[in-house]
Amino acid sequence: MYKIARKQVLNDNVTRMSIVAPLVASKGKPGQFIIFRVDEFGERIPLTIAGTNKEDGTVDIIFQTVGKATRMLSQKEEGEEILDFVGPLGKPSELEGAKRACVIGGGVGTAIAYPSAVALHEQGTKVDVIVGFRNKDIVILEEDFGKVADNLYMMTDDGSYGEHGFVTKKLEDLLEAGEEYDLVIAIGPVPMMKAVVDLTRPKGIRTLVSLNPIMVDGTGMCGGCRVLIGGKSKFACVDGPEFDGFEVDFEDLTRRNRSYVDEEKARDHACRMELAALELSSKKAE
Amino acid sequence: MAKRNMSPEKVEMPTQDPLVRARNFKEVAHGYTEEMAREEALRCLQCKHKPCMEGCPVNVQIPDFIQLINEGDYIAANQKILETNVLPAVCGRVCPQETQCEELCVRGIKGEPVGIGRLERFVADYFREHSEPAPHDYEKNGRKVAVVGSGPAGLSCAGDLARMGYDVTIFESLPEGGGVLVYGIPEFRLPNDIVKNEINQLSLDGVKLETNTIVGRSITVDELFDEFGFEAVFIGSGAGLPVFLNIPGENSVGVYSANEYLTRSNLMRAYDARYDTPIRQSKCVAVVGGGNVAMDSARTALRLGAEKVYIVYRRSFDEMPARTEEVHHAQEEGVIFNNLTNPTAILHDERGEVVGMTCIRMELGEPDASGRRRPIPVEGSEFTLEVDTVVIAVGTNPNPLIKSTTEGLDVTEWGGIIADEKGATSREGIFAGGDAVTGAATVISAAGAGKVAAAAIDEYLKNKNN
Ligand SMILES: Cc1cc2nc3c(=O)[nH]c(=O)nc-3n(C[C@H](O)[C@H](O)[C@H](O)COP(=O)(O)OP(=O)(O)OC[C@H]3O[C@@H](n4cnc5c(N)ncnc54)[C@H](O)[C@@H]3O)c2cc1C
Ligand SMILES: Cc1cc2nc3c(=O)[nH]c(=O)nc-3n(C[C@H](O)[C@H](O)[C@H](O)COP(=O)(O)OP(=O)(O)OC[C@H]3O[C@@H](n4cnc5c(N)ncnc54)[C@H](O)[C@@H]3O)c2cc1C
Ligand code: SF4
Ligand code: SF4
Ligand code: FES
Repeated sequence: MYKIARKQVLNDNVTRMSIVAPLVASKGKPGQFIIFRVDEFGERIPLTIAGTNKEDGTVDIIFQTVGKATRMLSQKEEGEEILDFVGPLGKPSELEGAKRACVIGGGVGTAIAYPSAVALHEQGTKVDVIVGFRNKDIVILEEDFGKVADNLYMMTDDGSYGEHGFVTKKLEDLLEAGEEYDLVIAIGPVPMMKAVVDLTRPKGIRTLVSLNPIMVDGTGMCGGCRVLIGGKSKFACVDGPEFDGFEVDFEDLTRRNRSYVDEEKARDHACRMELAALELSSKKAE
Repeated sequence: MAKRNMSPEKVEMPTQDPLVRARNFKEVAHGYTEEMAREEALRCLQCKHKPCMEGCPVNVQIPDFIQLINEGDYIAANQKILETNVLPAVCGRVCPQETQCEELCVRGIKGEPVGIGRLERFVADYFREHSEPAPHDYEKNGRKVAVVGSGPAGLSCAGDLARMGYDVTIFESLPEGGGVLVYGIPEFRLPNDIVKNEINQLSLDGVKLETNTIVGRSITVDELFDEFGFEAVFIGSGAGLPVFLNIPGENSVGVYSANEYLTRSNLMRAYDARYDTPIRQSKCVAVVGGGNVAMDSARTALRLGAEKVYIVYRRSFDEMPARTEEVHHAQEEGVIFNNLTNPTAILHDERGEVVGMTCIRMELGEPDASGRRRPIPVEGSEFTLEVDTVVIAVGTNPNPLIKSTTEGLDVTEWGGIIADEKGATSREGIFAGGDAVTGAATVISAAGAGKVAAAAIDEYLKNKNN
């Protein structure tokens, strides 16, 4: 069992937790992830390691509530325990040698990008950070990024906070204004990562993206996480989750991630469906 | 003693009705009753030269344990088996007896061999049902040995080391112990409770099981030595890396490796509504392969509700590596066999969902390196199977994780850890056995390798001490 040492609600949908897992804490590096399971009946869910605290042996995670498993986790309180917490999984980010980097996060991808920004900053790389949110109410981690970013650009889709527009618009502006980066890290929804790659490819700027296919074991055992990279099938859990953005087949990724959309929806809305079914049968009876 | 039973056939083992069992996950075969076991035991001729033992990879003392059944002393019979095989309840169920012990049984010359596996299962089940698990009080020597992986190789190595007095810790990456026995082989063939019982006994004997711990990630082999004080390490990490076909369309939605399909169903209990594990609700499923893994996947697909399930295998029944009993059971349950058939592409609709698989018929040519006749495509024989799910069960290789994080550990070109006949690897103090060394093989050979390595580790540590 793994104890929740700290919990902080970042917004209505995003929670930060520190989980006691000394082995993972001693090993975890930026870019790596863990897999948790709340209880015996729960799904196994991957989350990026947002930070490690060697002193008290805890690992930070920042997660968005999107379905049942993340909701169950978000409902756990400090001092409570979860059943599984395994890691660190995946390859650490390859950040060496970067002189000037731009880290781009969209939505909860912001949280996944955070440890890379920290690591870049700590190794002496100058880091610009562009983070985007749908609106003001869901902005997270502004203060945290502020501590490591040389320039922090906050974007909202509706202009209710920071600048109006998508993160890619900001990147485009910066590149046009002559900013020179030798590394771009883009983490967020698949269309966002694809749009970033479309901007950096013509300029040949090394671009890392973090892929989030469906995973089971996280150790190379199931092949469920396979993604097409440079035309070859790779397992994101062991060969990634970060890959060279120029090599990624984004269409393939989008398709495979839809695998369980119907099942997940069915489960999450089971109650509503039951109601609907009742309604239907009563209508039929009429 | 009762009269010898000269019937040419084995005493039949009762099973669930095929059409009923094809829709549930309960065990297919019920096992012998005491009367049946006594009757079957009377078919054994107690041959002086014991040919059957030659066929068993761990030399279970077959006539001796069967004689103890004749005498009605099932507990002693169990102890007799345990002298060489630590997992009789498992092996009695899943060993390919027809190519091992039973193949060499003299009763098999005219008629069926003695049902050695069924008797082994009976004895082990009897013991489990008629005894309370209790700790053995082994004398401890205070020396620490680490075991990586909790499959049959790791479990048997750990069990023997504990008996010799070592302080043993098993590190397992999954949340439950048992390896393939729990994540791969389905409940209807090997109930998880049987494996749990074995692990429970080990923990009573002082073996520690650290689940959720990935050697090579959470902890490295070198740290086990340098930071955690282990004096030897046994690697029984299996062969868990799935092989794909590399044909077009293999990344479509609805294509699984057998590992993923079976793990979702077995370890993560997708069939049980209380669990949140999603799995595809399939109508027509094609399973590619002809081994136990393919049979298990096909029969699981039926039980998950598929209407039509095909096996697509490129050779014929004669070459099929699966246990004969599993092939029969699969046929009885309604699995449709497309032998001498090879997939060429997987078709998908515009959403990426599987809608079919194109295949080509094969014929058998000259024997290849494995001695099996090589399948050759028949030109112009392409056809399409309409399926919405494809499960690939064409083999697995050892996972490179441990190799890539353990300097100086030599492996073959396909990733198998190189070990001598006692399990010693290229690194001092590191031993290995089971599928991690041989590639995908059998439960009993893995368990045997674990046992041999335990003896070698004991010898190594005693010498090192001096
Ligand atoms: C390597 C990796 C690192 C990740 N790191 C983080 C992180 O740090 N913070 C965070 O909030 N999220 C992260 N994710 C995404 C997170 O795993 C998914 O949000 C989670 O699986 C949702 O689980 P659920 O049971 O709550 O929702 P579900 O009920 O399982 O799913 C709800 C919806 O999300 C879709 N979905 C399910 N699984 C995934 C998935 N793996 N990727 C994309 N969509 C999915 C479903 O199809 C459904 O539409 C990461 C994913 C990966 C693979
Ligand atoms: C579906 C299926 C059906 C089968 N049916 C039969 C049958 O009927 N009869 C038969 O004799 N054989 C059968 N086999 C084969 C048999 O199960 C295997 O040969 C046997 O389990 C191998 O044992 P093992 O201990 O070497 O490895 P495994 O059973 O594979 O166990 C290895 C364990 O190590 C763990 N591990 C791996 N890497 C690490 C790591 N880095 N750190 C920590 N832990 C790790 C794994 O999670 C796993 O639990 C079947 C196999 C499958 C997949
Ligand atoms: S362990 Fe397997 S091969 Fe050996 S006697 Fe038992 S069933 Fe036969
Ligand atoms: S060969 Fe057959 S009959 Fe002879 S001892 Fe073995 S099991 Fe009995
Ligand atoms: S999650 Fe199973 S192989 Fe990657």
